[in-house]
Amino acid sequence: MSDESPKAPSLAPVSLEDPHLQPYAKHPGRAEALAAAAMVIGFLGFIGFGITYWISDQTQWEAATLGGGMLALGVGAIAWGKYLMPQGPFVEERHDFHSTEAERDAMTAAIVERGGMVVQRRKVLGGLFALGSTAMGVVIAFPLIRSLGPKPATSRQATNTDTSLFATNWKENSQLVTADGRIVKVADLDVGGVLTVFPKGHEGSSPDQTILIRLAQIGPDDPPFQLESPGRTDWGVQGYVAYSKMCTHLGCPVGLYQKLTQQLVCPCHQSIFNVASGCIPEFGPAPRPLPQLPLKVDAFGNLRSQSGYQQAIGPGFWERP
Amino acid sequence: MIDSSLRWVDDRLGIAKGGRTFLDKIFPDHWSFMLGEIALYSFVVLLGTGVFLSLYYIPSAHEIVYHGGYLPLQGQKVSEAYASSVGLSFDVKSGLLMRQAHHWSADIFLGSIAVHMARVFFTGAFRKPREFNWIVGVTMLLLGIVNGFLGYSLPDDLVSGTGIRIAYSILESIPLAGSYLGTFLFGGNYPGNGIIIPRFYLLHILIVPALIVGLLAAHLGLLVKQKHTQFKGRGKTEHNVVGSPMFPTFMAKTTGFLFVTTAVTFILAGFAQINPIWQFGQYEPFQISYAVQPDWYMGWLDGALRIMPSWEFVGWGHTIPLEVLLPAVIFPGIIFNVFFAWPFIEARHTNDLAYHNLLDRPRDRPKRTGAGAMMLMLMFMVFGASSTDVLANFFQVPLNSVLWFFRIAVPLIPVITYFVTVKICEEMRGAEGIGKRKPPNVVHRSASGEFSTVPAEARPGDGHEELEAVPVPAFIDMVPADLATGPGIRRVMR
Ligand code: HEM
Ligand code: FES
Repeated sequence: MSDESPKAPSLAPVSLEDPHLQPYAKHPGRAEALAAAAMVIGFLGFIGFGITYWISDQTQWEAATLGGGMLALGVGAIAWGKYLMPQGPFVEERHDFHSTEAERDAMTAAIVERGGMVVQRRKVLGGLFALGSTAMGVVIAFPLIRSLGPKPATSRQATNTDTSLFATNWKENSQLVTADGRIVKVADLDVGGVLTVFPKGHEGSSPDQTILIRLAQIGPDDPPFQLESPGRTDWGVQGYVAYSKMCTHLGCPVGLYQKLTQQLVCPCHQSIFNVASGCIPEFGPAPRPLPQLPLKVDAFGNLRSQSGYQQAIGPGFWERP
Repeated sequence: MIDSSLRWVDDRLGIAKGGRTFLDKIFPDHWSFMLGEIALYSFVVLLGTGVFLSLYYIPSAHEIVYHGGYLPLQGQKVSEAYASSVGLSFDVKSGLLMRQAHHWSADIFLGSIAVHMARVFFTGAFRKPREFNWIVGVTMLLLGIVNGFLGYSLPDDLVSGTGIRIAYSILESIPLAGSYLGTFLFGGNYPGNGIIIPRFYLLHILIVPALIVGLLAAHLGLLVKQKHTQFKGRGKTEHNVVGSPMFPTFMAKTTGFLFVTTAVTFILAGFAQINPIWQFGQYEPFQISYAVQPDWYMGWLDGALRIMPSWEFVGWGHTIPLEVLLPAVIFPGIIFNVFFAWPFIEARHTNDLAYHNLLDRPRDRPKRTGAGAMMLMLMFMVFGASSTDVLANFFQVPLNSVLWFFRIAVPLIPVITYFVTVKICEEMRGAEGIGKRKPPNVVHRSASGEFSTVPAEARPGDGHEELEAVPVPAFIDMVPADLATGPGIRRVMR
């Protein structure tokens, strides 16, 4: 400290009576009383919290005592700082923190000339080192990224639902069951009823979730149920239709069925699908109809699928044709 | 005591000179400088409560049978993550308070960052030499939003699980890389092999917070090095800072403020329920709760997704889900790039290369203020669009009308806001005496019924600015005799 001459002249001593050192408050006594009262309340609050914790663990009381205690203690500290400490105002000079031109030049020179000279002399070493580090950078990314998970199966023929965005476990003749494995019979739903179903053996699986809706009461011998969607007139059976439950927007389960209007509503972003006309999106951001699952009834009155889904379910992605 | 230990440390580290300068650092006395402090202190609360939570939370998708204190769930199959989060709320003493405090402080953290950023923006505090700190700040905002989303996902309840599903689909929408990003991150096609919860947990409690801590250190370090900005005023110039010293005045106030921020968080945590995961139930990919809604800081993305028309591009054997890519990837990408680049955009526009330590009044920069108001309005509108269904219900209008209202209003109203704001600023600049505090008058009525007015007595604080600012005293002269002979009072030169 001694090798620098003190910059005393600019820092004249200040007298205790100096107005800058007076508290900000007009009535320091009152301010002090306020701060003291607040701090006492704070202390009592914390004691209260300790007691509450041991005897009841009641959340509201804990919040009131702990929060109240901190609030009061904080107000006390602020009052102390704001009203009772030297009011100032005080000033501090700013100093340029950028370097002088000469210092900048020196740094540039060190990099460009000293460094440049070294590289100039040993160009091969520089090149080899750059090569080595680039190779390292690239191969280190392999375990960092590639080990994270399996590659997606991007072929439409892939069948493993763990990796394929195209596959589901619905096949020809899959038996419809509920999430807890109960077999779904043709007599199960009344008109307007809905049920989430899965292919037997894959209960609860995300890509297989399918919503089964009974649109009409049609007996086995009545003429087949007419869907308004061309080419799919026989995909429903006895008034039942089934669609993928995965929204084509962002994959939320399309969970709300409005009986009166025969619409499926996605609660995520309010896409609305018209069930009677092939689940065409009528409203909202969903771009495509929900894929339909063709149904049939077997000899025991159990619902089964005629085949799997004929297109990729769920939201869009690059590989989807 | 202090004396000898300081000597001991200073012998080894040489801290006295810099330390003294630090204690004398001047903080401007303006309320708007508190906003950053709220963000800082709610981050402290997040760290504290987060450590508490991580003592009990189990980051695992492993399925178990629930046997805890919440009776309606008894015997159900749930994930360990969900069971431990419900356990935190019912079985761990003070656990519910801490969980809700953690969640509330996340909301306060991001809210205060947004408001803090707005004040830095509207006053021009980001200009040279403070561009670095602006960038650091925007990065922390981004990381904060990311970490909020990650944390929200941890309890594995029905609402947060839906959020993860949406995030997966957004990843999937990215051309070329999307499917790969999805299966890599989730360990397979959605819902993946259960690895996502441990991965989110690692990111949430270690990696992202560590990044934020590092950036925070840089943020505050730069603040000390470059010193605060200040508003124009008596004795305030580009070359000084006027206010209160770090020690003791600022330290007392800011410590008090730490307590108050924490207190507000805990009072909210105790009295205002947030994220009651036990009501939502365990996440199942085929179930959905009607009340799907993200935390407020994700609302703008949700709103953008809702009002986007269903423009999927299909061609050449590929699909580009523009209805997802535009609102959920491109839109936030543009917003954050504008945030990052703003100091440079503005400097280029104004050709301004000078140092700026004095702040602008927003009205003095109509275009910047207009641009800021436009951005706020845009955010507000897309945020509003995230509750189309609620609004339709509330006002009893068809959902379709609400949707079309937002589709038109989101691009239109911000532009109108820009022009209106510029106009208002220009009018305000023209008006005389605007922004000055007017001394109130007191009206007296005499016994004979006559009225007269006299200016009111100065309020505390009115006279404050009238003193000339002086440097923090090196020492205090004329210390009364009884104090001067007491321990620890010495007269030293700096
Ligand atoms: C930027 C900082 C952070 C933000 C924005 C944030 C936000 C959140 C949010 C919104 C939740 C959901 C809470 C709920 O259940 O309602 C959460 C959960 C959690 N956070 Fe954080 N957090 C942050 C930092 C931390 C840190 C540093 C830790 C640990 C050291 C942590 C540990 C946890 C744990 C264990 C949970 C799950 C607990 C549970 O809900 O059961 N967080 N976080
Ligand atoms: S996920 Fe169904 S509308 Fe967005």
